[in-house]
Amino acid sequence: MKAVRSMVLVSGDPTSLERGAQEVYHRLQEEVRQSGLSGDISLALVGDLGRSDIAPSVIVYPEAVIYGPVALSNVHYLVDEHLNKGRIAVDLQTPIHNLAGHSAWLSRRKGTLPAEQRIVLERVGKINPEDIQDYILYDGYRALGKAVIEMTPAEVIALIDRSGLKGRGGAGFPTGLKWRFVSRAGGSVKYAICNADESEPGTFKDRLILEGDPHSIIEAITIAGYAIGASEGYIYVRGEYRLAQQRLATAITQAHEMGFLGKNIFGTQFSFEIRVHSGAGAYICGEETALIESIEGKRGEPRSRPPYPTTHGLWGKPTLVNNVETLANIPAILRNGPDWFQRFGTKTSPGTKVFTILGNVNTTGVIEVPMGITLREVITIYGKGMKNNATFKLAQTGGSSGSVIPASLQDTPMDFDSYLRAGVSLGSGALLICDEDTCVVDLAKALINFFRRESCGKCNPCRIGTLRAYEILSRISEGVGSLKDLDTLQMICENLYQLSNCGLGQTSGTGTRDILTHFRAEVEAHIRLKVCPAGVCSMSGRWTASQANG
Amino acid sequence: MQENQPVEKTTAVVEAALQHHGTNRDELIPILNEINQQIGYLPAASLEKVSQALRIPKSQLFSSATFYRMLSITPRGRHVIQFCESAPCHVEGGRQVWHTILDELGILPGETSKDGRWTLETTSCLGICGVGPVLLVDEDIYGNVRPEQVAEILARYA
Repeated sequence: MKAVRSMVLVSGDPTSLERGAQEVYHRLQEEVRQSGLSGDISLALVGDLGRSDIAPSVIVYPEAVIYGPVALSNVHYLVDEHLNKGRIAVDLQTPIHNLAGHSAWLSRRKGTLPAEQRIVLERVGKINPEDIQDYILYDGYRALGKAVIEMTPAEVIALIDRSGLKGRGGAGFPTGLKWRFVSRAGGSVKYAICNADESEPGTFKDRLILEGDPHSIIEAITIAGYAIGASEGYIYVRGEYRLAQQRLATAITQAHEMGFLGKNIFGTQFSFEIRVHSGAGAYICGEETALIESIEGKRGEPRSRPPYPTTHGLWGKPTLVNNVETLANIPAILRNGPDWFQRFGTKTSPGTKVFTILGNVNTTGVIEVPMGITLREVITIYGKGMKNNATFKLAQTGGSSGSVIPASLQDTPMDFDSYLRAGVSLGSGALLICDEDTCVVDLAKALINFFRRESCGKCNPCRIGTLRAYEILSRISEGVGSLKDLDTLQMICENLYQLSNCGLGQTSGTGTRDILTHFRAEVEAHIRLKVCPAGVCSMSGRWTASQANG
Repeated sequence: MQENQPVEKTTAVVEAALQHHGTNRDELIPILNEINQQIGYLPAASLEKVSQALRIPKSQLFSSATFYRMLSITPRGRHVIQFCESAPCHVEGGRQVWHTILDELGILPGETSKDGRWTLETTSCLGICGVGPVLLVDEDIYGNVRPEQVAEILARYA
């Protein structure tokens, strides 16, 4: 990277692009050129700067001043004040204490809130994702070098094992153990796959990593390949994430040019190739065996297990499938060691977790915090409290397959084990915060509707169960449900959980089950009193099967 | 409905896609994706050619082509509207926006309007929940959509 006086980054995530980030970026280029500063200023359109509340945002380094929202008409002022005259353009500056992304520029003290702790989002918004030099400058590919030159595959696995890292896709399976299973499986051909089919409603953490720091995933999957003895890797990206696909393709080309991919990496005997594979719009392909079927060009229908992908995966060969966020932890763990990693989070769930905060709070956005934070902290500190001073009623975690967390559990630490003990699940890291005006029947209906549409149809419990559950909830929301319906609903949820073939079906009734457990009175009010306490349901008394999208 | 595509164009698009991705079986979904993006759907002739090139039975090709939401074997409207119906958009006012869209277009999800202008589809989360409710027209994203904005947004597309 050549020496420049200032580095200017413009947020280029979909939210910002929708609000004109591209135009702002071009205007900045033009203004910089007109001011004769072209040689002194480096300008880049980067990924998500974590500030959807002030999108499009602009950050100027080395001062690390955040501006936003920046309109076209502000660009001249910004360039003239900050880049020309060297003063902070105060009228546009954003106060530094705000949600998401901010703490990348705050001093990092462990244990002090509200600072975030960033491991996987460390570089997102700080580097140009389309320039490998930026990544290298921030310790990029050091972990890969260390792994292939100084360590044996077994040592790499042992190190990941000791770190205690658990899969961030939702199930929380120990990553080191999974790697060991694949490495011990027989055969000379193995595959390492990154699951980037992020489609859980409300979850977009993986998109941020892929768009903002694509090289970290390339590096991590290559390390994984080395550890398990694979020479080919895939990154399965959902079809909707076009920008992420482009950035990954660029990153792969650059890594090849630098010798971090391809034959004889770092001059060793280890060779590795990665392909980006696009999905075509199917939530189910986030399930690892469905994902493998999809790479093989088939319908994304989950396989029956066992055998597990660790022994019989892609083309019947041992295959490792890891989530994006899981992989993004790998280079940092290799660089800093397992003890460093264990300093964050809780004893049984070390590390950080990326959460997306959505719904009826004052500030929505993305945070990366140590495992074990509570919902109350998330809402008051990061969400800046409930919108309109409303009362917190419930939160829905981890997209549609997550749990419904009633207000009574808002002081339970959010880590895998504490939530398991409380009978709820952390899911994939979305936190949909709902206030008193949310109707639980309406919410349950929206949740189950999602699964009704996304069910692949392979097994009956899921295909039929989600449809029947949806019909029942629709009837209740129209005021024509019966108490017997609730028994049926309970049974369907149990059947979904016990009898479905894959994780999607098994978790599809979780939200409804939680609502029946924690909010039964409100559901019964719809039936006994024909009243929707939150005033959301139409209670029209008419229900027909064709009202599929009420 | 759109006119059926001329065979020459289909052939050219399919050949370009095969050139791009090669003929390994694991490239099937990316190939179909590209054809669908170029033509707007997957004409029968294109499936025929892909089947021959990749040596995959047409029945299997059909089963894959009809599984994925982003692929279509029937012609679609000039503009495809995708509306996010996931819970985050739903609780932030998506329900009202959805009803407005249905009223404006007069078609149901999965349908194409008689004049061939619109195809309406619902989609699961697009990962842009920070600005829900979210509406996608072709490649354009609209966030924080309010019911009263729907008519104005739709009017931008001829």
